[in-house]
Amino acid sequence: MTVADMKPGQRARILGYAEPEESMNRLGELGLITGQEISFLRIAPLGDPLEVKVMHYHLSIRKKEAGNIRCELIEQ
Amino acid sequence: MTWQLSLSNMQISSKLSQILERSVNSLFQRNNNSKEGAGGTAKNPVIALLGNPNTGKTTVFNALCGTRQKTGNFPGVTVEKKTGFLALSPGETEYSSSISGETSSPNAALVEVIDLPGLYSLKAGSPDEDVAADVAMGRVDGTNRPDAIVFILDATNLKRNLYLFSQVAEMKFPMVVALTMTDLLASRKIELDLPALEEALGVPVLPIVGRNQDQVSQLKKAIGEMLHTKRHPEIEIGFPPQLETIVDRLSKVLNLYIPVSHFEVREMLFFKDYLLLEHFFSFPDAMAAIESERRAVKDLGYDSTLIAFRRYRWADGKMSACEKRTEGESNRISQKIDAFLTHRFFGLIAFVGIMYLVFQSIYTYASPLMDLIEYLFDSLGTLAGSHLQSTPILRSLVVDGLISGVGSVVVFVPQIAVLFLFIAILEDSGYLARAAFLMDRLLSWSGLNGRAFIPMLSSFACAIPGVMATRIMPDPRARLTTTLIAPLMSCSARLPVYILFIGAFIEPYYGAGWAAFSLFAMHALGIIISLPIAFFINRGILRAPALPFLLEIPPYRLPQLFNVFYRVYEASRSFLLKAGSVIFALSIVIWFLSYFPHPPSVEKQVRQEYEEVENVYAPADPADIQRRINAAYLEQSVLGRAGKAISPLFQPLGFDWRISIGILSAFPAREVIVSTLGIIFSSGDESGESLKDHLRNAKHPDGSRLYTPLTAITLMVFFALSSQCMSTLAIVRKELNSWKWPLFLFTYMTLLAYGLALLVNTVGSHI
Repeated sequence: MTVADMKPGQRARILGYAEPEESMNRLGELGLITGQEISFLRIAPLGDPLEVKVMHYHLSIRKKEAGNIRCELIEQ
Repeated sequence: MTWQLSLSNMQISSKLSQILERSVNSLFQRNNNSKEGAGGTAKNPVIALLGNPNTGKTTVFNALCGTRQKTGNFPGVTVEKKTGFLALSPGETEYSSSISGETSSPNAALVEVIDLPGLYSLKAGSPDEDVAADVAMGRVDGTNRPDAIVFILDATNLKRNLYLFSQVAEMKFPMVVALTMTDLLASRKIELDLPALEEALGVPVLPIVGRNQDQVSQLKKAIGEMLHTKRHPEIEIGFPPQLETIVDRLSKVLNLYIPVSHFEVREMLFFKDYLLLEHFFSFPDAMAAIESERRAVKDLGYDSTLIAFRRYRWADGKMSACEKRTEGESNRISQKIDAFLTHRFFGLIAFVGIMYLVFQSIYTYASPLMDLIEYLFDSLGTLAGSHLQSTPILRSLVVDGLISGVGSVVVFVPQIAVLFLFIAILEDSGYLARAAFLMDRLLSWSGLNGRAFIPMLSSFACAIPGVMATRIMPDPRARLTTTLIAPLMSCSARLPVYILFIGAFIEPYYGAGWAAFSLFAMHALGIIISLPIAFFINRGILRAPALPFLLEIPPYRLPQLFNVFYRVYEASRSFLLKAGSVIFALSIVIWFLSYFPHPPSVEKQVRQEYEEVENVYAPADPADIQRRINAAYLEQSVLGRAGKAISPLFQPLGFDWRISIGILSAFPAREVIVSTLGIIFSSGDESGESLKDHLRNAKHPDGSRLYTPLTAITLMVFFALSSQCMSTLAIVRKELNSWKWPLFLFTYMTLLAYGLALLVNTVGSHI
């Protein structure tokens, strides 16, 4: 699954990028790297973007980028 | 937590103290940025502030420099260059004491401080972000290479902040860390071991909260000592040795061409789109070396996620040595507020409410102050005019040119100040990020992002503050596009034009309902057209690849009063000095064109005409005569003649020479067309009653109507879309640091306005 499939309140661990494009590098620099834990907070009222919590800070990313981040859910 | 440096082992060489003495003396002669590059003598020591966004870097900069700061530009990019001076008073550090000991001056040593833009990584995605790394490496003309860095580290967000830290540390700058947000550690349930952090990072760590004077003083001391000892951190990030060998090799080659640091070379090995590579495009040998080393890296099996991974592993190690977090929800208050402010329903309502307040403030509440300014300048003009009766040319120059010109600049300041007051509060409190989060969906399809909302909204009041507001957009391409479409929003200056023509041609014939609808339609036109144009500019002209929209949503914080007010002050000042000068110069030019030539024969002729008529009819009102004289002078002026000359161009739109002159005269300020038409038609009051009649009743020589409702609509469409505001062009030039963009703006908007107006007129006359 990808981050775009997550629901509010869920936690997951990042497995990698579906398409390792160079533009995803920015996400890596922000800490969305393999092994990093990520929490899904909310979807914006209009459907996009998403708010996630990573490494103790909140980040907003669009569904498009989120769909590129493979992850596996962490059981609560 | 103390950090001591034994200075007894350090000796300042006499050469060094000579240089320092010279630099201290030279400070008192000029306070300007030295144009010499790194390595020039007789310069102040330079430090740069670096850190992530939202870490309170601005607070630290303001605390260090106070009001001793100014903004300028870096060549070729739109990001502003913020520099200031920090005074190290004698006794505050050994460093400055030794200087003042050498010289007889009791004054402080001045250190130049460059506030580099907040970044997540020095590996840039765009030229604007590139600037920070360029400055750090001394690659920027006109900016001195920093001697040392003050790194701003957010105590509540260590791990991510350390990513940038690790990059800066690789550059081997003497460094001091200013640790911010330490007051929030308790409520976030974070325990931070400061000595351990100092040990882990290898540099002094000074906590700074707000403008606490003790802490600022400690930081200054540490800065002084850092400049003195030049101690830099030694860190080992743990990249694979084979990779590092390649990096060393390539670094030696590339440094023959331009100074590059190890970390930059390493990034080049993995990322083809790294902007720094452009510096090497003209050196085939360098490019060949890069290519071959890239292959070597690939052969070793390293992929592009390696760097980020290793850096964060290093950061993790450092962090776990110093930080302990208790489990549980930190940030409770922020979460609660967000549950409301980003709520599906309530969040949007709150958003609309806040935006409405911002808009009303610029549109309505700022107007009393603007009226006051206009009144003051008008009075000044009248006063000056009464003293210059004897010299008409000088009188006109001073009153209509100079005073009016300055007035037309100053009148914008209230709106700018109000808008920036809101922006500063919204941004510093953290709400701006939420606003962008809410609005992104509406804007993303066109290539813009959620941050464009406020600049566009502000442009409905006036494009000048709107364009300035695009500073809140770090993505330079989105910022550029937003700047280019902002003038399409129907600003308040267009309103008098709409009101005049709707009042003259729509309401009398079609009623109040259609009149209101027309007004609404004119405003809607701007929005409806702007986003497709943004799309076209992004895809067609800039050919920008869609950058991922990454927005950090910081916790809510109370804005710092000093920061807020300084920002308002700085925005107003930079407008007045930089855009203001251009606007003022253009006002004088326009005055000149609308005044000369000014032969007395024109007045004589008009008076003669009236005399002839007076013999038959009752004496005319002297005011009427004066108006006719003014109209006649306008017609024969350069501007008037130009208007007549280009009127054939406007003929397909149904405009005659009078409207052509009106359009030309509106260039300084859109609403001037109303007063110009008032002059041309010799109507007494500009409020329009008689002007409306004149417009309606204007006839061709053969008796047919000159202007029809269709003409009115065509003109309003033209006005809605045309770039008729030299102040906007001036501010675009200033914000984007180049004349080519205002030129482009003017061209495309004029063509757009003409094209659509033509369409309207053609289609309309066939209905």
